[in-house]
Amino acid sequence: MISAPRLQLESGNVSLSGDWTLAAMLPEITDLQSALAVVPSTAHWNLSGLGRLDSAAAVLLWRNWGRSWPVSLEVSEPHRTVLARVADLPDVVLPHERVRLSPVLLAGGLALKALGNLRGLVAVFGQFLLDMLYLLRHPREFPAREFSANLYKAGAQALPVTALVGFLIGITISYLSALQLRNFGADLFIVNILGISIIRELGPVLVAVLVAGRSGSAMTAQIGVMRVTEEIDALSTMGISRSLRVVFPKIFGLTVAMPLLVLWISAIALFGGMVAALLQLDLSLSYFIDNLPRAVPVANLWIGLGKGLVFGFVIALVSCHFGLRVKPNTESLSSNTTSAVVTSITTVILVDAVFAIFTRHIGVPQL
Amino acid sequence: MTSEPVVELRGIYTRFGEVTVHRDLSLSIAPGQIVGLLGGSGSGKTTLLREMLGLMRPNAGSVRLFGVDLDNPDQLLQRSVRRRLGMLFQHGALFSALSVFDNIAFPLRELRCLDEDWIRRLVHLKLAMVELEPGHGALMPAELSGGMVKRVALARALALEPELLLLDEPTAGLDPDRSQNFVDLVASLQQSLGLTVVMVTHDLATLAGLASHVAVLAEQHIVAFGPKENVMTSDHPFVTGFFGADRRKLL
Ligand SMILES: Nc1ncnc2c1ncn2[C@@H]1O[C@H](COP(=O)(O)OP(=O)(O)OP(=O)(O)O)[C@@H](O)[C@H]1O
Ligand SMILES: [Mg+2]
Repeated sequence: MISAPRLQLESGNVSLSGDWTLAAMLPEITDLQSALAVVPSTAHWNLSGLGRLDSAAAVLLWRNWGRSWPVSLEVSEPHRTVLARVADLPDVVLPHERVRLSPVLLAGGLALKALGNLRGLVAVFGQFLLDMLYLLRHPREFPAREFSANLYKAGAQALPVTALVGFLIGITISYLSALQLRNFGADLFIVNILGISIIRELGPVLVAVLVAGRSGSAMTAQIGVMRVTEEIDALSTMGISRSLRVVFPKIFGLTVAMPLLVLWISAIALFGGMVAALLQLDLSLSYFIDNLPRAVPVANLWIGLGKGLVFGFVIALVSCHFGLRVKPNTESLSSNTTSAVVTSITTVILVDAVFAIFTRHIGVPQL
Repeated sequence: MTSEPVVELRGIYTRFGEVTVHRDLSLSIAPGQIVGLLGGSGSGKTTLLREMLGLMRPNAGSVRLFGVDLDNPDQLLQRSVRRRLGMLFQHGALFSALSVFDNIAFPLRELRCLDEDWIRRLVHLKLAMVELEPGHGALMPAELSGGMVKRVALARALALEPELLLLDEPTAGLDPDRSQNFVDLVASLQQSLGLTVVMVTHDLATLAGLASHVAVLAEQHIVAFGPKENVMTSDHPFVTGFFGADRRKLL
């Protein structure tokens, strides 16, 4: 169906034949370009034997002619229209916006971005409080379905993976500590080490990291896609508040679910630790359980649960904020999802440090 | 030129679960025809186009484009077939992360043998063809109006100078003036390049102005196919219902 493009040069007479289309030119494009380049500028162009001529070939010819009609040209009417379309094109070169990257601009841009995010977070937080107040006055409008759906998705469905991770971490820590403790003959302190570290620190942080990757990213992506597909706009045209129905249940749901997950992962990690202690140090399960309350003051449990509550709130807040910032394109969706996970994990670690400072006198067993 | 059909569908069956969309559907489109594909909403026109593109396999039957069976395992052959067709999706399907300019330039850059100046000229040419300003090239798809999305999508479909153009409701969302210009554009492209066009449309003016042939999809298969005049004056109940009483006036 396609006949190859041909060019014949005879004593100042150029005649083109065959199909001059992108598909036909592709296999021999460099040959054609060099063949065109040697044609003298005063040549007579005979295009009457041309098969098909498309705009890609027309551009090629036009550029070859030095962006003006050749002195003598023989061409059929339909092909002349194709060439004329190229000729009529204004010779604009859009100024390419080059972003100049000076360190000052870069630092300023980063600072502005951070400030913008901070403002957004404060706004989501404030809206959450307002919604809370509103719901206290109108308790019947509590979004119960959305809340329970979020509780199920972020909480119940996370049980298996948190259990697996908790169990393995418990075993690992217990095993490594046991190796050290045995050198000092301090086997029995395994209960203190595991109890304090898991209940107070590891449980909440582990869950926070897992949940940020699992539920935080899902929240950002969901809100983001709802923005891309204009579902958020559809909601507000129906007079349904997006913050009350979309954001509030997510934040509230995760805040409730996280302490429960912390409890769950701490229990499983302790169990893993107990099993490893039993195998490694011959420490019976009943000894471990009997001594746990003595070695670990109950305040640690409250600290762990409190951390879970705050971490859940922070993760959901950050994720919703980034979800609301998504612009309607795929690039923005992916970058905001990444930012949501990275920011929420970083924030959780920061908050954890603050917790550590303010609770440094609480729940530490005095020996 | 041999008149081997550009698109050939034979014995197509398509099912979504329990629902049968196409039953023993056959259609053969010769080079240079502009076929208007008609059918009620949900009758499976978009699905049929997707099958022509190879985006979906029918449950049974064969699809041949330019004489090449889409089930042929030869990757290079498949790719060369794809380069010869352009598709305008019903909802545009622009790459949301790329600007208008880059959307149109994308298939050209993928060829890897055109220089930037060439690509820039071609993109501006396509933009001019669909009546967009060069300045619109910098916009992102989310910043376009519905009709502009359609026109950019058309420009992208035209970027590779396809021999076969598949259009899913090309003029839906355009004002009458623009759709008339669209009709003129495709008609002139058809004249200079010998394009084959398959278009799904509900717009009678576009159909009357552009199509050379009409295919009617109803009752899960093509109930009528032939030159526009013949089909539009036939007495099939769908045709009479679709065009109403004044169908003869449209011709
Ligand atoms: N991925 C899918 N899964 C299940 N059913 C589908 C799928 N895609 C399409 N269908 C069904 O196939 C039928 C035909 O759909 P199609 O999109 O082809 O319709 P259409 O003729 O293009 O309609 P319209 O003119 O409204 O665009 C519809 O009933 C639709 O519900
Ligand atoms: Mg459709």
